[in-house]
Amino acid sequence: MGAVVEVADLRKEYSLGNERVQALRGVDLRLDAGEFVAVMGPSGSGKSTFMHVVGLLDTPSAGTYRFEGTDVSGLGADERADIRGSRLGFVFQAYNLLPRTTALANVELPMVYAGVAEADRRRIAGDKLEMVGIAHLAKHHPNQMSGGQQQRVAIARSLVNDPGLILADEPTGALDTKSSQDVMRLFTRLNAEQGITIMLVTHEPEVAAYARRIVTFRDGSITSDVVNERQAA
Amino acid sequence: MSLKATLAVALAALVRNKARSLLTMLGIVIGVAAVIVTVAIGVGARTSVQQSINSLGSNLIVVQPGSVTQSGAKTGFGGASTLTPDDGLAIVKLPGVAAVSPMVSVRTQVVAGSNNWQTTIGGVAPSYTFIRSWPLAAGRFISEGDVGSAAKVAVLGQTVVGQLFPDGSSPLGQTVIVKGAPFTVVGTLAALGQSGLGQDQDDTVLIPYTSAMERLTGLTTVNSLMVSAASATQIDGVQQSVTQLLEQRHRIVPPATDDFQVRNLQSIAQAASQTGTVMELLLAGVAAVSLIVGGIGIMNIMLVSVTERTREIGLRMSVGARGASILRQFLAESIVLSTIGGILGIVAGAAGTLAVAMFTHWPMTIPPQWIFASVAFSAMVGIFFGYYPARQAAQLNPIEALRFE
Repeated sequence: MGAVVEVADLRKEYSLGNERVQALRGVDLRLDAGEFVAVMGPSGSGKSTFMHVVGLLDTPSAGTYRFEGTDVSGLGADERADIRGSRLGFVFQAYNLLPRTTALANVELPMVYAGVAEADRRRIAGDKLEMVGIAHLAKHHPNQMSGGQQQRVAIARSLVNDPGLILADEPTGALDTKSSQDVMRLFTRLNAEQGITIMLVTHEPEVAAYARRIVTFRDGSITSDVVNERQAA
Repeated sequence: MSLKATLAVALAALVRNKARSLLTMLGIVIGVAAVIVTVAIGVGARTSVQQSINSLGSNLIVVQPGSVTQSGAKTGFGGASTLTPDDGLAIVKLPGVAAVSPMVSVRTQVVAGSNNWQTTIGGVAPSYTFIRSWPLAAGRFISEGDVGSAAKVAVLGQTVVGQLFPDGSSPLGQTVIVKGAPFTVVGTLAALGQSGLGQDQDDTVLIPYTSAMERLTGLTTVNSLMVSAASATQIDGVQQSVTQLLEQRHRIVPPATDDFQVRNLQSIAQAASQTGTVMELLLAGVAAVSLIVGGIGIMNIMLVSVTERTREIGLRMSVGARGASILRQFLAESIVLSTIGGILGIVAGAAGTLAVAMFTHWPMTIPPQWIFASVAFSAMVGIFFGYYPARQAAQLNPIEALRFE
């Protein structure tokens, strides 16, 4: 299996008012295809910044980042947007679905920017909704769905471009226990059955327990990187 | 991202907020409708003025008596009784003059059988129908012989025919009594309708000017001389030569003022259409201001929309939208808003024009180039006022946009 993410001595600095904040202080990490890793840590540990850099939403101040073998540390905004659209999938805590728009149209959205033809968009979006088990809700609007169902739509949306990596930022943060379990089982299944690489950011140990590898951040550095022997299911 | 996809995304976003989109459009709708109605009214008024002036006669020059000072008091125009039929005969010999007719007008009662009617008697020459481009409905007009013998013949306007012969019988050969004298009706005039000033032009009886002077006024002077220039280009020249000729004939040497006044309808028409132009400019200015206000409304709503949809923008960016795509999407939204507003404005403007046309009976048309210009202009309003909010959206940082509460 090749490396999907390879970061070396990754640093991120930014100023907050008059203060210089060192959000990442030299992070080294390799993530191979097919992995399911949970990134943990308290708030301010740098885990969100790390996810933003890995997700090409942000650029590192120093260090190198190779995504699928290509150095992407110095790319411009447009090139990063193109890679996000073609090789990355995002799942957010707040689902971030377009309101008053059907589940199907929401799932189609990334393909609109990728320039996929309308008929293909519809077909692929339908397939992905099926994959996450809510094909019957294709015509529903977000406000007609439960939180768990909305998050499934968001997961389907993250899958449409067959991404090399899915980044899930606190995907269960807004869900009740039952829905959380459902969503985490879905991730586990997608990883196990489809071999989809997943990086999950969370601060809840019971959510991280679904991953096969757990990386813990503190003060901008990785403090532990362990294999989860007892993966939850 | 294709143009079609961009437009589809923009339309979807607008449909998601129907009420707001419609209200935002309203500014542009009103602005464009105002432009259309304004232009149509301007064109209609101008055409209407032109028509009513043309209906008075082509290339017409009117010579009226001027003002005289009697015992230190100025009489105003028409006060001088100096114009004579001989002046007319002299004018007709001038180059560029097609025809001349004196006009002696008297307001009096006309009686036929048991019916009577108060109307204006016009003493004219045979050339009058030519000068006024006024066709006959029946019979014949006043002849040179009638003028020579001061014959008691009359030609009736349609209003007078209706009043004196209400049973619909032909007035031809009948006798009408004008100031006690019997006149034989030899012809009737075609209906002309109202003049540009709202007068009923058909409410008249025409008789030879010699008969009018002899039997009605008892004067040797006439009220005015109507001169027709041979062509529109000769109007100014004829006006000058008429002035010179009459100054000679009336022995007027500067510094004495002329005892007559020569006016041509073209100058009246020009004055009227200049007034129209000023009005049009004024109304167009108001319309332009309302379009700008409409544009500011669009900008305002687009700014609100960008703020409100910050997370949506963040999401779009995270799934691969470039800044340029976001810019195009919001720009497309404001252009679609303003263009649909413009089209609705044209429809509203056309309806308004129709209403005004029904009310005023003006021949109103909306020039097609204005329809095109309105749509183009409203699209430009959309681009101009939509650019700033769209740029704000495109320059958002995706991380901050996603976190936006």
